[in-house]
Amino acid sequence: MEASVQIRDDLKYTKEHEWLKLEGDVTTVGITDYAQRELGDVVFVELPEVGTQVEQMKPFGVIEAVKAVSDLFSPVTGEITETNSKLQSQSNLINSDPYGEGWMIKVKIRDPKELDVLLSPADYRKLVGG
Amino acid sequence: MSYVPNTEQNRKEMLKRIGVNEFSDLVGAIPDSILLQDELKLPLPLSELGLTKLLSQMAGLNKDASQMICFLGGGAYDHFIPAIVDHIISRSEYYTAYTPYQAEVSQGTLQTIYEFQSLICELTGMDVANASMYDGATATAEAALLAHAHTGRGEVLVAGSLNPNYRKVINTYCGSIKLKVRSLPLVEGLIDVDGAKKKLSNNVACVIIQTPNFFGLLENVKEIEPLAHSVGALLVLVCDPISLGILKTPGEYNADIATGEGQALGNNMSLGGPHLGYFACKRSLIRRMPGRIVAATTDTQGRRGFVMTLQTREQHIRRERATSNICTNEALCALSSCVYLSTMGKSGIRKVAELCLQKSHYALELISRIDGFKKRFDTPFFKEFVIETPLPAKKIIKALLKRNIFAGVDLGLFDRKLKDQLLVCVTEKRTAEEIDCLADELRKLA
Repeated sequence: MEASVQIRDDLKYTKEHEWLKLEGDVTTVGITDYAQRELGDVVFVELPEVGTQVEQMKPFGVIEAVKAVSDLFSPVTGEITETNSKLQSQSNLINSDPYGEGWMIKVKIRDPKELDVLLSPADYRKLVGG
Repeated sequence: MSYVPNTEQNRKEMLKRIGVNEFSDLVGAIPDSILLQDELKLPLPLSELGLTKLLSQMAGLNKDASQMICFLGGGAYDHFIPAIVDHIISRSEYYTAYTPYQAEVSQGTLQTIYEFQSLICELTGMDVANASMYDGATATAEAALLAHAHTGRGEVLVAGSLNPNYRKVINTYCGSIKLKVRSLPLVEGLIDVDGAKKKLSNNVACVIIQTPNFFGLLENVKEIEPLAHSVGALLVLVCDPISLGILKTPGEYNADIATGEGQALGNNMSLGGPHLGYFACKRSLIRRMPGRIVAATTDTQGRRGFVMTLQTREQHIRRERATSNICTNEALCALSSCVYLSTMGKSGIRKVAELCLQKSHYALELISRIDGFKKRFDTPFFKEFVIETPLPAKKIIKALLKRNIFAGVDLGLFDRKLKDQLLVCVTEKRTAEEIDCLADELRKLA
């Protein structure tokens, strides 16, 4: 039996299966354990350059699994301050550690009010039927 | 035997279903005045024997490179094709298979595609190549799309000396996505480097240069390469693959993408197609590369095998985010090129290129001594050159057809102002005798 889908209590979530962690005014973003399971083996991820402006719920990148390609949606509006360069050569980190080493981007948040529309862990659990 | 699959009964049922009595009710809106009143005026049916005779007669009116002395070029070339090429590609496993990509049943074909890609990489000096594109023109247009997707920039600079047919295809491709195409002006048949400087900006996705160019001349790539790269544009080089036997490769010029027409490598001219485009690029661009790519791998038992790879680039998976909508290749033409390249080898390709170079220079020397015929350009060329003619090139071509000579390509077809210019190509197949014969015939017209 596979272990059940992990949903961490210290994060916020989007309907498109990204997670967000807030530290000061910088948020870290990745995709959820549920998302990586649904995609299967991730083979490539295309991330924006540092300094790029992203908008809430607009695509910031593309993730490729063996048989599917999906857009990645930014949970918040702001500027990219860092991207996870390890993913260029080790995209499998998204599968093995989606909430840790598999993080994707850091965004300097512009308007903290945007956080209010994101899903709580309980809401997200309901969404994925966990 | 009836070739019409619908029976009378079928027809009645269909008409009833849509609520009309007769077929003519469906076309009743067409006025009588424009309807055909009589039977079609077609000849009577023929027996198989009669039909074969008729078609052979009609086919006999065609003249092709096998019966003629051919100085045609401008994109399709009359190079020698060793018998082994047809022998290998005629095997039914290769010849009849359609989309033979399924790894479980197509290891042979997949391996030939892999070898083709490897040979193109060696020839061009690039890191990676795909399984081939439709032709040189579409391969080059795909390079423009890749550069646009990679840089996010909205403008493509195309040398005025690029094959005009390629430029048309680039315009068609780029027009549909609102990518602006601008032309690099020429001086004496070559890109004007100072003019190019003025057009380069950080809105330019790529610079597309053909060398040897449409007029056969070698472009000054060494000077333009750093200019293109200094504004962050990609450099796309379009090269005659035969010329790479002796000339610097796109890899050596630090090109980002190399494209071109692969017909010269073991494929007949076939009235313009099917041909194949080759497409190679730097490793860093592989995720945006169009078309199919075959890779080597190992199966579950550790045996070497071949499969398609990086398919997430392609439209059937990536959908509207794909750079290209090409999910196929010219497998049989690529196989011809693969067999050709492996038969000729490094020294063979060099020899072919040297012969083209020597024979074309001999021909130009001879022709430019004829009264009224002048060489148009003075700069180095490979196997094609332009001649200024004392009468319209069209007339010369027509006159020489009667002597069983294809004299060349009328540049007036592409630009009215160039109607007195003839593009002549001399491959390794042309003998000194044939070249002398061309010169003699031209002399008669002077």
